[in-house]
Amino acid sequence: MSEISKAFAGLAGSEGALVTYIMGGDPDPDTCSKVIDAVVAGGADIIELGIPFSDPIADGKSIQAAAVRALSAGTTPRRVLELAKNAKEKHHVPVALMTYFNIFYSQGFENFLRLAKSHSVDGIIVPDLPLDEASRYARISRRMGVDNILLAAPTTSAGRMRMLASNTSGFLYLVSVLGVTGARQSLRRSTLALIAFAHRYTQGRVPLAVGFGISAPEHVREVIEAGADGVIVGSSIVDRVADYRENKSKVLQNLEEYVRSLKAATRG
Amino acid sequence: MKSYPVNGRFGEFGGQFVPETLVPALQELESAYLRWKSDAGFRAELDGMLREYAGRPTPLYFARNLTKRAGGAMIFLKREDLLHGGAHKINNTLGQGLLAKRMGKQRVIAETGAGQHGVATAIACAALGLKAEVYMGSVDIERQKLNAYRMELMGAELHSVTAGSRTLKDAINEALRDWATNISTTYYLIGSVVGPHPYPVIVRDFQSVIGKEIRDQMRRREGRLPDAVVACVGGGSNAMGSFHEFVEKRGVKLVGVEAGGAGRGRNAASLAEGRKGVLHGMLTYVLEDEDGQIRETQSVSAGLDYPGVGPEHSYLKERGRATYVTVRDKDALRAFHLLAEVEGILPALESAHAVAHAVKMARSMKKEQSIVVTLSGRGDKDVQIVAKEAGLEI
Repeated sequence: MSEISKAFAGLAGSEGALVTYIMGGDPDPDTCSKVIDAVVAGGADIIELGIPFSDPIADGKSIQAAAVRALSAGTTPRRVLELAKNAKEKHHVPVALMTYFNIFYSQGFENFLRLAKSHSVDGIIVPDLPLDEASRYARISRRMGVDNILLAAPTTSAGRMRMLASNTSGFLYLVSVLGVTGARQSLRRSTLALIAFAHRYTQGRVPLAVGFGISAPEHVREVIEAGADGVIVGSSIVDRVADYRENKSKVLQNLEEYVRSLKAATRG
Repeated sequence: MKSYPVNGRFGEFGGQFVPETLVPALQELESAYLRWKSDAGFRAELDGMLREYAGRPTPLYFARNLTKRAGGAMIFLKREDLLHGGAHKINNTLGQGLLAKRMGKQRVIAETGAGQHGVATAIACAALGLKAEVYMGSVDIERQKLNAYRMELMGAELHSVTAGSRTLKDAINEALRDWATNISTTYYLIGSVVGPHPYPVIVRDFQSVIGKEIRDQMRRREGRLPDAVVACVGGGSNAMGSFHEFVEKRGVKLVGVEAGGAGRGRNAASLAEGRKGVLHGMLTYVLEDEDGQIRETQSVSAGLDYPGVGPEHSYLKERGRATYVTVRDKDALRAFHLLAEVEGILPALESAHAVAHAVKMARSMKKEQSIVVTLSGRGDKDVQIVAKEAGLEI
């Protein structure tokens, strides 16, 4: 069982997992490791660590801006892998890398995955590598014991949802809304229906975690009650990190409290 | 060589590297395209629009003075610049616009670099009764103000993109994000042979009318096919449209001309200086740094200023069926002036790259040989840039 699967399996009955997204190297690599400390202290169960990419087509304004900050601070993919390794050693928390396929492809998928594995990475999330393209690489990630976490979307058909549920590993990442990442004010009714729909295919097979647009503890509760095994919160964390330069110590403290409120909501 | 990609791939190039949300939409697009492309009613409507509205067929002009100046092979110009809107782009926007209508999509989004595709989208949507919204980098809006305003005059809504390098690649990113958000109501009308499958095929097929006309016109006029077809390559739609008819005809040399910018490392020559990578949903040659971050490009011509290239071009290069060369800014500008002076034609700066290389090629060829250069667009939009380069203010 992978570290990511274990994180889900180890939760109490109705408790959901909290997956927190952090842009690696945002606002700069050294500060980023403090951001990781803060979200872990707040109770994050899994860290999703982004490698900044120049052309993030699945991301909205918040994460685009975070990528620009990280890249301007000189963040490289290797530097993010070091952050992953440090986080793992310090906190024993599972780490999934999130980045676009070209970051892998440019180094050779297998080489980069081996490098990631040697930096204690447990899984990868590649939003522009859908099932059909991912299947070419599935054997490599399986052999290395790195979870390839696939994404499902509101446009995904029943047949495809079934294939995604049986091909993903670690968990199935359900994109809750049409569009790109970014905090939204409220959850749509359609999101809850989508969770129930996806849950039919993941139940008893693989954990279901829901992301895109989730920012408030109330959302977290509703998502878990609708049948999700976990929630992924990204943009609203990244937005808080964006304030770091103005308000250093406060930002980390607020972030930790914010994550704590999200984690509390996963327990009901 | 297979003309319809197997599993969405030309050899190893192409594919569908897109977020899951878009996958069903691409499948829907492909099945709609395969259904309508050979439908007699669809063909008749498109052919009618191309003929009566866009101005097809375009002339194949023997450039006597340019030929004399080059002093070698005969140079013919395929006058796509004479089409309505001033560029070849309308071949594709009318085709995809009609497809959008058949698919029941009322809202059309598009990206644009130089603005020619944006203008052609605005034109097609106005004519076909569709709503057009165009994404354009703020840097490109600045250097192509006239085109930006033309789009608005024809009822298109213009969105200025301020992310990244603020040019074509960022406009594509933003259009993809819009598409993922508004997928059920919106048709994404890509302007070049780029993006995820099936776009590279769809755009190529709608542009392949260029090569078919070249074939017929050369046969009629010279009784044979040209020895070479030369076209500029940014994303590569006018080149793919010019080449497609001749890919199986080994005697015809196919030459793509990329933007050489200011020289090595400061250009937009993905095939010459790039590596295999994944950008905008396709595996193709891209300009990137050692970490895989997409590099910013440089060219005097906004329409060629793109760090990727259509996957079929990557395939033709790899197979050795087409050759790709670069022409620098200063040589493209020189060709612009040359064509203006000796033929009275202002070519788009994009097309001027192809003219520059054709003149060079002609010199080393025999008098009875022939080169067809696709003049993909007219240069009126570039007059201010040309003046500025010449140190003039107009």
